[in-house]
Amino acid sequence: MPTDVENWKSEVYGSEIRDRLFEFAEQGFDSIPDDERDAWFERFKWWGLYHQRNGQEGYFMMRIGTPNGVLEPGQLRVVGEIADEYARGPGTNPIFGDAYADFTTRQSIQLHWIELSDVPAIFEKLEENGLSTQQACGDSWRNIVGNPVAGKDGQEVIDAWPVISDLNERFKGNDDHSNLPRKWKVSVTGSADGSGQGDINDLAFEPAYREVDGEDVVGFNVRVGGGLSRNEPRLARDIDVWVSPERVPDVAGGLSALFRDYGDREDRYNARIKFLVDEWGPEKVRETLQEEYVDFELESAGRDVREEYTYNTGAGERNDLVGVHDQKDGANFVGLNVLVGRMGAADVLDLADLAAEYGSGEVRISQRQNVIVTDVPDDALDEFLAEPLLEHYSPEPSPFMRGSVACTGTEFCSLSIVETKNRQVRFARWLKANVDLPEGVDEFHIHLSGCTASCAQPQIADVSLRGMKTRKDGDPVEALDVGLGGGLGDEPQFARWVTQRVPVDEVPGAIANLVESFAAERDEGESFRAFVARHDDDELDAFVEPEETDYEDPMMHNTKRTWYPYAEEDAMEDAPGVPGSPAGD
Amino acid sequence: MTTRLRVLDDGAWISVNDARKVRVSELWRLDAPDLCECELTDLVVENFQSVGVDGSTVEVRVYGQCIACGAAGTTGWIPVGRVRGGEFAELDRSAVRRVRR
Ligand code: HEM
Ligand code: SF4
Ligand SMILES: [Zn+2]
Repeated sequence: MPTDVENWKSEVYGSEIRDRLFEFAEQGFDSIPDDERDAWFERFKWWGLYHQRNGQEGYFMMRIGTPNGVLEPGQLRVVGEIADEYARGPGTNPIFGDAYADFTTRQSIQLHWIELSDVPAIFEKLEENGLSTQQACGDSWRNIVGNPVAGKDGQEVIDAWPVISDLNERFKGNDDHSNLPRKWKVSVTGSADGSGQGDINDLAFEPAYREVDGEDVVGFNVRVGGGLSRNEPRLARDIDVWVSPERVPDVAGGLSALFRDYGDREDRYNARIKFLVDEWGPEKVRETLQEEYVDFELESAGRDVREEYTYNTGAGERNDLVGVHDQKDGANFVGLNVLVGRMGAADVLDLADLAAEYGSGEVRISQRQNVIVTDVPDDALDEFLAEPLLEHYSPEPSPFMRGSVACTGTEFCSLSIVETKNRQVRFARWLKANVDLPEGVDEFHIHLSGCTASCAQPQIADVSLRGMKTRKDGDPVEALDVGLGGGLGDEPQFARWVTQRVPVDEVPGAIANLVESFAAERDEGESFRAFVARHDDDELDAFVEPEETDYEDPMMHNTKRTWYPYAEEDAMEDAPGVPGSPAGD
Repeated sequence: MTTRLRVLDDGAWISVNDARKVRVSELWRLDAPDLCECELTDLVVENFQSVGVDGSTVEVRVYGQCIACGAAGTTGWIPVGRVRGGEFAELDRSAVRRVRR
């Protein structure tokens, strides 16, 4: 039997949702019929609107999909202005204030506390400036990711930006591909550093050479069925296909159509293509693609450059794009660390101004929740680096700041089990002040996800933290499972979950003890990931050693039972109710 | 009058008549010998798998983990509340819940 969600999608989905969304916005939240709320909230996702968790009824998270994380000159200012004007709700975040934007692990932007009545005005402003929320959530082509500095990167094998732009044009608002069984996440990378993180996407195009008519041509190898969610992490599987840049849309469209037709619509938990690849195997995916979805002979895989990958590998060069790097045109791109990806609206506006002053005005977002200012000429570099804003968003951050990634968590997210972003900021500050990494180790990635959906990509970090609960002195408290040794690269590896249910206030101590053991026991020049690889789970569990320290955690209680964890009066009964609605909810 | 029961947002909550009524991240005390060997399972609810109704009792199957022993898995049908006259009332969260079938 098809699920309710499938039934709603077959009634109204895709572009046509928009008209009704605007009617509801005009007539007020209460005009959504009582017995149609679930259906409409599900559909709104297709337009990038996700209802915030309970206690925050009537407020939405809005996701703006910026393909490959590219914000053209002027667009960041627009985002900052929208955040400043509309992303203000009844709750104030003690670290980030009243209005902020989140840069996400899929190179998008999220705003919170958006009211339905403001949506038409926001959409108008976004669209006037070439931005959109379309398909940012929901069962369709999501924001396409890749190396954010595509087209500029000195390390590039092939410029993926025209390919990404083309895919974005074709598959956003494309009726044949708008209603898929589940989300469809695509990565296209043209650089040899692996920064597109193709391995953890539903569909990945990675640079590869192939001999065509006696000549070496650069194109892409194709992998299918990666993803991290739900305790079922998978690496994308090699389907032995090489494709020229011109034919990427045919192969991508073919695979998305294959997923549309063969994906599981009866069970949403089994719907992602990773499960279809499990069931079929890569050979059958290739055969079906060839026989039913493309009208030319597929080439077999070409020679890839995976052994050159460095991004998120835990060793070697360029594990992220923070810092000053050469562009191929002689200018520079400067990656700035945005701790847990969140930036106050005023800072967003300042950054937009700096990008215009020192660069071209363009800004790009990485999959490590950071921002990159591009096109900074050599002679402007020193002055740019001396700007006060860069003290906070540093191109040379402490490893613990630099390595931090965190998801949304109990602040806004329905699925969450623990507080995340603010906690990760507290962790990073404590670790920076109290822990020294061994000589020569200057990257240490810690990713915190509030549940198994894995939005913060915990499984590919040195230290993976995932929301749980435990009892401490008999009382329930927020806790974290600790995984170690994950990373991407030629031979990607998911973290091994070695220590379960560490009370949150003992996690910084646990990491300090772990780093101490690493420093004491490591082989000369050994990376943390290699160190983890040569120990078994019990040995690693012993290194973790949870411990109370002077770190204090103000959010030990069930932060999900509050309407907003940081409110003075935080109980569910004190929830403000639906904005603009006389009765509340 | 029929009651609309749904698992939504990837198992984050149970909707009863288009309102969010039961959510993940709670701790439930369970009498669930199939799930773990503890006398009572101390279950953190991570995902709702399915929802149904038996008479007036709303029941769910959930994925979760016993925080006392670490065993994880999907439960049988557990009562979470009652529907009377179209209104849903959640069971006392601290009460021990028994797997019914
Ligand atoms: C209101 C907040 C959010 C909600 C309710 C939410 C919901 C979800 C859900 C339900 C999943 C699991 C999907 C599945 O089963 O396939 C998921 C996975 C994911 N989400 Fe989110 N999410 C939120 C915020 C974010 C943020 C801030 C990001 C960063 C871009 C993000 C990126 C991801 C990623 C990368 C995954 C892993 C998917 C995979 O690899 O399979 N989400 N999210
Ligand atoms: S990982 Fe879980 S808690 Fe964090 S944003 Fe994703 S769904 Fe929410
Ligand atoms: Zn148990």
